[in-house]
Amino acid sequence: MSDTQANEGGDRKVKRFMFVNRKAPYGTIYALEALEVVLIGAAFDQDVSLVFADDGVYQLKKGQQTKGIGQKNFSPTYRALEDYDIEKLYVERESLQARGLSPDDLLVPVRVLGSAELSVLMDEQDVLLSF
Amino acid sequence: MKFGILVNEGPYQHQASDSAYQFAVAALAKGHQIYRVFFYNDGVNNANKLTEPPQDDRNITRQWSTLAAEHRLDMVVCVAAGLRRGIKAEILAPGFNISGLGQLIQAGIEADRLVVFGD
Repeated sequence: MSDTQANEGGDRKVKRFMFVNRKAPYGTIYALEALEVVLIGAAFDQDVSLVFADDGVYQLKKGQQTKGIGQKNFSPTYRALEDYDIEKLYVERESLQARGLSPDDLLVPVRVLGSAELSVLMDEQDVLLSF
Repeated sequence: MKFGILVNEGPYQHQASDSAYQFAVAALAKGHQIYRVFFYNDGVNNANKLTEPPQDDRNITRQWSTLAAEHRLDMVVCVAAGLRRGIKAEILAPGFNISGLGQLIQAGIEADRLVVFGD
């Protein structure tokens, strides 16, 4: 696409990848498997960002305890994203508010954006992966 | 245009795979290219050659295999998502191959558009 840049390596393309996380962390596998794509994607040196919207905001909720449902608590992985140079995390304001949450309830620092701002950001992406 | 396609739901339970297939057929008919079809989440179940729907229903797995043969489509099933669900090389229908998630990212990089079919 027009804004796609080639880095100093020459033919290597850098695109803007945005992962949109819309589902609760447990109940379905979408959140976990989306995170697996993000981690693999990090190795490709792309411009990666993550959005958390709808029940997806619960993925970042502090204090997840999964023992009772017999599943692994994978939420600490979100704190490790920084080590993969994934630092652009956006949370939709309306989704947070509708669920009585604030940024203080979340595991990692995020930028809170309204849905209108988010849609502008989405429009600027090359690749949108929605889970 | 060069399309990448991501299928995130299994056959029959969800329309995602049907829609992705119909999109692929329509895109090819219009002269577009399909760079790759990547199967992830329960989408890996589309590759199961043991799939056997009733006679009067479409065979989604076979539809993909036939399309792949006709247009030399690159159809990739995610190895990690596949192993979780028992989708291994020995039960892959013709035209499907198992590979890693890097193939999905690569499709995002190389295709002009990556179209996601999921829930």
